[in-house]
Amino acid sequence: MAYEEPITDYDHIVENCTCAFCGSNCDDLDFLVKGNHVVGVRHACRLGASKIMEDEDQRLKVPMMRDENGELQEVDWDTALDAAAELIANAVRPLFFGWSETSIECMKKGLKLTEYVGAVIDNQATICHGPTVQAVQNVGYPLMTLGEVKNRADMVVYTGSNPMNAHPRHLARYSVFPRGWFRQRGRFDRTLVTWDPKFSDTAKMSDIWVPFEENGDYGFCNAIRAVLKGKELKEDVISGIPKQDIIDLTEAMKNVEFGALFFGLGLTHTLSKQRNIDIAIQLVQDLNAYTKWVLLPMRGHFNVNGFNIYMAYEMGFPYGVDFCRGYPRYMIGETTTVDLLNRKEPDVFLVIAADPGAHFPGGANMHLANIPVIQIDIHWGPSTELADIVLPGTFIGVETPGTSYRMDSVPIHMKSAIDPPETCREDEWIVNELYERVKKIKEEAK
Amino acid sequence: MEYILKNGIVYDPTHNVAGDKKDVMIKDGKIVDNVSSDAKVLDVTDKLVMAAGVDVHAHIAGPKLCLGRLYRPEDSRAGLVAKTDITRAETGFSIPSCSATGYRYSRMGYGTVTEAAVPPLEAKHTHEEIMAIPNIDVSPLALFGNNWFVLQFVKANDLEGLAAFVAAWLKLSKCYGMKVVNPCGSEAWGWGMNVHGIDDPAPHWDVTGREVVRALTQVNEMLGLPHSMHVHPNDLGHPGNYPTTIGTLDAVKDIKKNPNVIRDQTIHCTHLQFHCYGGTSWRDAKSGAAPVADYINKNKHVTCDVGQVTFDETTTMTADAPMEYDLYKLSGLKWANKDIELETAAGLIPIIYSPKAPVNALQWAIGLELFLMINDPWQVVLTTDSPNAGPFIRYPRIMSWLMSSDRRTEMLENEVHKWATKRTDLASLDRVYDWNDIATVTRSAPAKILGLEQRGHLGVGANADVAVYDIEPENFDATKASNASVIEDVMGRAAYTIKDGEIVVKDGKIVKVVPSRHMWTNVTGFEEQEKKVLEDIMPMFNRYYTIKFENYKVFDHYIDPAIEFKIDAGK
Ligand code: SF4
Ligand SMILES: [Zn+2]
Repeated sequence: MAYEEPITDYDHIVENCTCAFCGSNCDDLDFLVKGNHVVGVRHACRLGASKIMEDEDQRLKVPMMRDENGELQEVDWDTALDAAAELIANAVRPLFFGWSETSIECMKKGLKLTEYVGAVIDNQATICHGPTVQAVQNVGYPLMTLGEVKNRADMVVYTGSNPMNAHPRHLARYSVFPRGWFRQRGRFDRTLVTWDPKFSDTAKMSDIWVPFEENGDYGFCNAIRAVLKGKELKEDVISGIPKQDIIDLTEAMKNVEFGALFFGLGLTHTLSKQRNIDIAIQLVQDLNAYTKWVLLPMRGHFNVNGFNIYMAYEMGFPYGVDFCRGYPRYMIGETTTVDLLNRKEPDVFLVIAADPGAHFPGGANMHLANIPVIQIDIHWGPSTELADIVLPGTFIGVETPGTSYRMDSVPIHMKSAIDPPETCREDEWIVNELYERVKKIKEEAK
Repeated sequence: MEYILKNGIVYDPTHNVAGDKKDVMIKDGKIVDNVSSDAKVLDVTDKLVMAAGVDVHAHIAGPKLCLGRLYRPEDSRAGLVAKTDITRAETGFSIPSCSATGYRYSRMGYGTVTEAAVPPLEAKHTHEEIMAIPNIDVSPLALFGNNWFVLQFVKANDLEGLAAFVAAWLKLSKCYGMKVVNPCGSEAWGWGMNVHGIDDPAPHWDVTGREVVRALTQVNEMLGLPHSMHVHPNDLGHPGNYPTTIGTLDAVKDIKKNPNVIRDQTIHCTHLQFHCYGGTSWRDAKSGAAPVADYINKNKHVTCDVGQVTFDETTTMTADAPMEYDLYKLSGLKWANKDIELETAAGLIPIIYSPKAPVNALQWAIGLELFLMINDPWQVVLTTDSPNAGPFIRYPRIMSWLMSSDRRTEMLENEVHKWATKRTDLASLDRVYDWNDIATVTRSAPAKILGLEQRGHLGVGANADVAVYDIEPENFDATKASNASVIEDVMGRAAYTIKDGEIVVKDGKIVKVVPSRHMWTNVTGFEEQEKKVLEDIMPMFNRYYTIKFENYKVFDHYIDPAIEFKIDAGK
């Protein structure tokens, strides 16, 4: 890595800002501000810093609508909002998707609109940690806040995730490197373990790497549970791991004082899906008969967990909630976004702070190409190509304050450091404006 | 807006009004003694009129609740109600959605509810939920009993420092009072352990539950907080735990009450039912209610709420996380847990209380024994530790049990397991509550215990929080077993609930939705000490929390609207 000169050309520093990138929600960032631009970010990792600073290139700055040739053209706010409201007000089966990169305050307005028109509201959990939530609903959820790991853990296991690349400060800030109250030597007081078929960057720095074969996660966890329960392993090699290694690892896990298991999409999206999580959770529950163990899913977006929490406290269900009958329904495979799109049910799609164009399966995107799509976002992305109306929002945690929930559900108030571009509007304002305009249309029609 | 509620049968134990035919007058959100001729007349002739209910202990908002909703969609589905022109959709039975929580309390005629367990680190979450709950004001209690700073102050025997810390943390978390749960035990759970009894120290800390409860009770009285120490003692749910309970209450007996508070007690013991077990194991378990009730009858420094089991499928959730793991070992149902750095822990598990199950029948009977054996209704409050022993919507059913010994006999003979008869004295207790007792244990006593001068009664100057029920106390025999279902029905759907002078419920239906207020205590007169303590603890805070101090506090926009209780601790 090339040496970079420290940034000295700035007007002032805004301390303790929160990173609006991954689910680590690091809230210790210093933004170096010059002339209403963040010119430098201290403490953040490269992912976070680049999102915060190199923001300008693909920024959506003005409202846009497609013209008769199918080209996005700049329009004024009233025109764009009225057109969007018209689409929503006249829709039979509107679907409002995204929300994981905006604030709880904006979600509040979104839910209000959803309840009013009887739409479906859903977030990225539907395609990422949805299986995790299903597993949690099956077998339970022994969790902790990240500081518990920092202060107590002497063994940390990552599986199906590669935090060194995806949550770069996770090990440094929370789990492995920091000195904790009971772990004063930091890294030296902990055993770092990675279970992963790949020799990932996280595996490279681990004390123990368990390279089970692809789709071997279920069998491997099952074998540890069997050993824990005093069962004899019948095969010499299980999921590609020699029997003795499994026995030794089980013994080691039983004998720590505090163990933490972090898992990512590598576990939720291999062959056995939510069953992988079922068994990982049960493994942790079993281990508690011997010593302390906890687990946590590595949530991706900085507020993906926030949406699930928000929907749970407002309406009792975490995602994929359908209001078409006047009361909320949640049925995975029925009321979840990709399934709805595959069945070609939605007739209007609002996407906010998400990029289905980049992440949805082809069939789902095909339907999106056929129905009106309204996008609220701060950046151009593949979803912009699908959008018929584009409403440029503002950057939570940089330009607009707001509430988010970290991966371990710690709520954080994210402050703002600079003013939003004059031509953009806050997400919360945009969604509320849609609500007001939809309401007007509906009431006039009565 | 002015109202006059005409000719109701009023029960207002605070002012020794017990069934008098009286008018209740309301102006500008307060009870007054006269109104103008413009006052709207509500004819409530011969109907039951009381102050709105006050709940001294329930779990209604915050991270535990939310985890429960997230992992029990089956419970959310159990309480679905479609939206109306006025109300939003409701979900949940034992863990209702936020709006459902407000509507349901409001329909029962309640106006104030204490959220009993707030981890300060996640207090923003609790307050976000309170913002989503309508129609009831909420007094949240912050958890202190396993907080590392508290343990340090206690160990150093630094009460001044501890007092300043508590004052500062109530401000930061915007909470109303202090709560202690399984002191030192939830910290031990950080290592998968528990403590046993009040003299078993937390591992590594060398501090005991007794020391923590004593120190915090002293601090509570030093500061003169409106509510007292609110304790969930050690050993919850363990056969043979009642001596620990009495030991905890007795540990603070010598501590003098602050002269400026309106409450009588220095310690409030919550969900006492779970702490009154005799025997040595679930095999020989029996009631320990009699010795505990006897202690309370002799000691005015104690109040309690019961945590009555209601025979429902519900969800247990408590900061007593090791206890939840014990339940998991017994039932094998889906167990959730949430440990909070430097502060506390929490556990959850679904539970099915069956009248046919010996242990559940025993628990049910012990709860009723406490209601009936504690002589002074001002010392006992009706709760279910919602949702732990049952959801709060069952309060009217509990009232029906208290009002009719015939109904209890019927249940003992036909409906519940014989342990309720054989291992408790319930069958021999023929005391019945009258409406005055009901009013005491559901409004007047809890308001006084919480130190809420303007709630729980109908005196001039009180908040105009009033409930009217569609029953004529003078023409109704509440002792008749067959009338139990009538009581349950009528008390579950108020004819009127009035909140701050506005009608929010009429004929059991929500007619108006108002925001709930966040009640919090602002201790003044301790600023210098607070500043110093914050400076002292900041290095530890910065090093061991995972959030910056600046981002830790509950900002004002999370408590809108609020009621600030200003306490002059310098007095
Ligand atoms: S680890 Fe995640 S939250 Fe922290 S600075 Fe990096 S991208 Fe941002
Ligand atoms: Zn409780």
